[in-house]
Amino acid sequence: MTSTALRHSIWILRGNPLTGVAAAGVLSLIFIAIFGPWIVPYDPIASNVSQALLPPSAEHLAGTDQLGRDVFSRLIVAARLDLAIAVSAVSLSFVLGAVVGSFCGYAAGRLDRTVGRFVDVMMAFPLFVLAMAMVAALGNRVENIIIATAVINLPFYIRFARAEVNVRRNLGWVEAARSSGESHISVVLRFLLPNILPAMAVQMSLNLGWAILNAAGLSFIGLGVKPPTPEWGIMVAEGARFISTGRWWLVAFPGLALMLAVLCFNLLGDGMRDILDPRMRT
Amino acid sequence: MTQPLLKIDNLHVTFSTRRGLVEAVRGVTLAVEPGEMLGLVGESGSGKSVTGFATTRLLDAAGRVTAGEILFRGQDVTKLSGDDLRHLHGAAMSMIFQNPRSALNPIRAVGQQIADAILTHKRISKQAAHAEALELLRAVQIRDPERRMAAYPHELSGGMCQRVMIAIAISCNPALLIADEPTTGLDVTTQKVVMDLLADIAAARGMATILITHDLGLAARYCRRIVVMERGRLVEEAAPTTLFNHPRHPYTKRLVAASPTAHSRIEDLVTEEERGPYAEIVRKPKLPQAPGTPPLLVVQKLAKRFDQGAAAVADFSMTIAAGESVGLVGESGSGKSTTSRMICRLIDPSEGDIVFDGQSIGHVPSRDFHRSPFRKDIQMVFQDPNESLNPRFTAHDCIAHPLKRLVGLREGDALRQRVEECAQRVGLPLDLLPRFPHQLSGGQKARVGIARAIACRPRLLVLDEPTAALDVSVQAVVLQLLDRLRREDNLALLFVSHDLNVVRMLCERTIVLRNGVIVEEGDSRALFDNPKTDYTRELVEAIPHIEIETKLAAAAL
Amino acid sequence: MNQQQVIGRTVRGTLGATMARAGRRFLSSLPALFGVLVFTFLLMRVLPGDPAVFFASGPNASKEDVELIRKQMGLDKSMPEQLALYLYDVGRGNLGRSMMTGQSVTKDLRERLPASLELTFTALLIALVSAIPLGVLAALKPGSIIDHGVRLFCALGVCVPTFVSGLLLIYVFYYLLGLAPDPTGRVDVFTSLPPSRTGFLMIDFLLAGDIEGWWAALKQLILPAMSMALFVIAPLARITRASMLVSLGSDFVRTARSVGLSRRHVVVTYALRNAILPVITIAGIVFSTMLGANVLVEKVFSWPGVASYALDALLSSDYAPVQGFVLLMASLFVLVNLTVDVCYGIADPRVSIE
Repeated sequence: MTSTALRHSIWILRGNPLTGVAAAGVLSLIFIAIFGPWIVPYDPIASNVSQALLPPSAEHLAGTDQLGRDVFSRLIVAARLDLAIAVSAVSLSFVLGAVVGSFCGYAAGRLDRTVGRFVDVMMAFPLFVLAMAMVAALGNRVENIIIATAVINLPFYIRFARAEVNVRRNLGWVEAARSSGESHISVVLRFLLPNILPAMAVQMSLNLGWAILNAAGLSFIGLGVKPPTPEWGIMVAEGARFISTGRWWLVAFPGLALMLAVLCFNLLGDGMRDILDPRMRT
Repeated sequence: MTQPLLKIDNLHVTFSTRRGLVEAVRGVTLAVEPGEMLGLVGESGSGKSVTGFATTRLLDAAGRVTAGEILFRGQDVTKLSGDDLRHLHGAAMSMIFQNPRSALNPIRAVGQQIADAILTHKRISKQAAHAEALELLRAVQIRDPERRMAAYPHELSGGMCQRVMIAIAISCNPALLIADEPTTGLDVTTQKVVMDLLADIAAARGMATILITHDLGLAARYCRRIVVMERGRLVEEAAPTTLFNHPRHPYTKRLVAASPTAHSRIEDLVTEEERGPYAEIVRKPKLPQAPGTPPLLVVQKLAKRFDQGAAAVADFSMTIAAGESVGLVGESGSGKSTTSRMICRLIDPSEGDIVFDGQSIGHVPSRDFHRSPFRKDIQMVFQDPNESLNPRFTAHDCIAHPLKRLVGLREGDALRQRVEECAQRVGLPLDLLPRFPHQLSGGQKARVGIARAIACRPRLLVLDEPTAALDVSVQAVVLQLLDRLRREDNLALLFVSHDLNVVRMLCERTIVLRNGVIVEEGDSRALFDNPKTDYTRELVEAIPHIEIETKLAAAAL
Repeated sequence: MNQQQVIGRTVRGTLGATMARAGRRFLSSLPALFGVLVFTFLLMRVLPGDPAVFFASGPNASKEDVELIRKQMGLDKSMPEQLALYLYDVGRGNLGRSMMTGQSVTKDLRERLPASLELTFTALLIALVSAIPLGVLAALKPGSIIDHGVRLFCALGVCVPTFVSGLLLIYVFYYLLGLAPDPTGRVDVFTSLPPSRTGFLMIDFLLAGDIEGWWAALKQLILPAMSMALFVIAPLARITRASMLVSLGSDFVRTARSVGLSRRHVVVTYALRNAILPVITIAGIVFSTMLGANVLVEKVFSWPGVASYALDALLSSDYAPVQGFVLLMASLFVLVNLTVDVCYGIADPRVSIE
């Protein structure tokens, strides 16, 4: 069975090489996040004013910043923090959203409508403003960035799980599970949830990119991560002061890092969606 | 001899799919004379619709005519393009589709949609087109046409939408109408009205019609000539009488046998060769019921109201004896599915009681019924076999699931044996057990669904339209299977269906439901032969009866 | 009944139903608005740091000074009292006083809101005008070069954060090409502002007949608007393409083709009008996103809007402006939803039976 699944995946990757590239990208991102500190050429924190604001060269692949720190090394080390924030935030909202959403979608009725309306209202609200206010209120710490990002992601998962369960709740196999002696709770947890998980995983991959952007945006405006910690959003913020004088590398490389990370997650998500349901291809 | 209106010669259509090229039509040759109605009959995958779409050049992007020609008034349709093609559409031939509601633009008033079609082919003012559209609505017998002009499809019933669709199709007086399953999905009474209308209009305006349908009875009722297709090939062409009385091709024989008629018995549904051991079981006399035995199921004054709405079911009472088969018949919205789910204890009734084997189970909340000892005695077979199997379970898992939950068997030899025994009883080859639902055919999935339901040896089986999504030849086999199981196990059946022919064959007693209320009930034969209420009579008369039609056709010849 | 009457009746019926629906939605969003109010009040009260100390010019201020400021700000009262006072004030349109500017928050917000709205509306306009044709073109020829181009653009578009694209635009158009002016503020220092009528410079300059000033303001506006638009073109084009594909493949488009309607008629009247429905919904969400993205873009371009105002206040623990800002966003969001509802109701006759 596993071998057929493997063969199936290979067959799909052959028809859709971009997904393969994206998967490789995500894997190398994870590798960098884990081993980053050991593979960088320079200390990402140590300043060296005599080497300040050097453009990219063979010695400093991505140039140096205003304190003479190697931008490339900082980029590599920052991967861990950025990824950690996004992954933990998305996992939090994924777990909570999947469970709450499934039960609401299965129960239907008044509770479901109330939750549905609440979620709709929340999704239409400027979420970045909400996250900003929450980080400000809870305190300017990394944990709170995670919480804020999780909260603004939550409505998407609740809504998604709700919709997915809702279309299945009256299908024959769900009713058959009940007439085979399953309780409502076990129908949701053991039958419906596993069935919507693949689709949820796609959503998760797509959302990871969005979460990375949000977290970076928050640190860009000075919330959450504090300098001199290397983090992509902060690096862009610090580089912003020098853009008018042509020091493009301070913004371009962290920007590129953000972009590549988000792109990989998005492409992977799209690819997985194609595999699950070719009709949803957009 | 004049040349035919449409002549299809050796048509081949190929689709490119994920699994490579699939040849959907392989060498179809047929001709349609002006003004005639031709029936194009076949089961799913026979290529009948594809032939229709190829003729009107409306194939999906993935489909291509790879060989052959389609001559319409001597002109090859497959080579048309641009303005010629546009002129062909609507003005020369037009199409009526299955599922009328989605075939109309949901956000455009229906009158406007008819006017759009008129304005495409006639150089007249908008006012004139509007007036013509109104005339057409009158022609398709829509009540209050002035008001309906401004209606949107969602404000009309399915039957009305199909009339609007017919109005659009005939708006420019095409010489050929292609109707693709025009009444599938409509209630049986609406079906008859729509088909009568279509036949009258085509006759009055001298339009030739190709009626594409899976229903042999329907084709026989309205067509002088029927063409049968199987897997992309044309297997037989004949007049309905000949086709029914002397089918030549083995496939036609099977199809004719499987199509239920007013007098067919369940054992007649398959041809001699396929019948096998079935005949002997039927001949075994039914175990006589000891007098005074209490009925297995008693339903008393059951009612269901959803949220604030009106009652979906009201004052529903019935009994079923052990081993008895009862049909529950009704059109869409009659409350038959709700009733079956209440009896199966999947939803709670608002009022009334259900007594099973002498014990009240109507007051056990459905949320707790999975713990009831009667759970395994009442099982259900669900409507669409494609949706009634968990996509993550193999056939084996599906059948094993109730055994694990309700009988308490663990993974192991005993369980495997029980599952295999169930599979054998429903005629499911054992090598299919490790397969997932998407690797099984519709009929095989239906068998798995039945095997799951009988796995715990229930005493009452509730069947919710178990054959509605199946082809007739598969339906025939499934019906025989159900009947055999009933006789072998003394199993009581509650058979919910909209198909009266099927109910008549399978069920000893029938209950007719309309708008949640019982209209009529009684012995099946008596009820169908001599309906007491107008509604039941209407239902019975609406079924396409092949015998009557063939007689009519013979008389007309 | 003639055609005009029929059409008149339909339009009236549709509009009536739409208005009723919009009204219901408006009422149901009032609790949400109130919730936001209480929520922000509570959030701001648990902010770290004592703002009284902060505003008494440093930690070495005397105890009396701090007490005085605390009283002045109402911080000595109990929480419910403070909330009641706040609600009362909001009801009267008094959002408190900003410690930073020394002005009333209402006045500050009113002065800055046009700047933010002008930026957001321009960006939305750019986004819609480019996204919808792109999406339609891609859907009309799936698998073509245009389609792949649009999909690539969409894939990349959602990946570039607004603050990065803004900065890169500055680098290219200001530093490298010298086409854009110094990226600070709404007009350069040499241009005198027109008399304020609407607060939207693009309109005010026109009303004053000052074409040169209008051009100067446009040059300032275009880069921030572009960087904001770039981020949302992708989702809009994506949904347009997807829903256009669905509607081109739908049964009713097949019906339209089967009676020989012209291609333009099929694409525009049948397919596009149906496809635009989900785009309307997404456009509302996109507008909301852009309100949030204002914070980033206004910071990058030193744009004197409400978002940069709130951000500055937030970083200096100035409660009132942040509360005012979030409340303003909430009211805007109610307005946006209302607009979306009305648009949707006009575009789709089915909503009345929902």
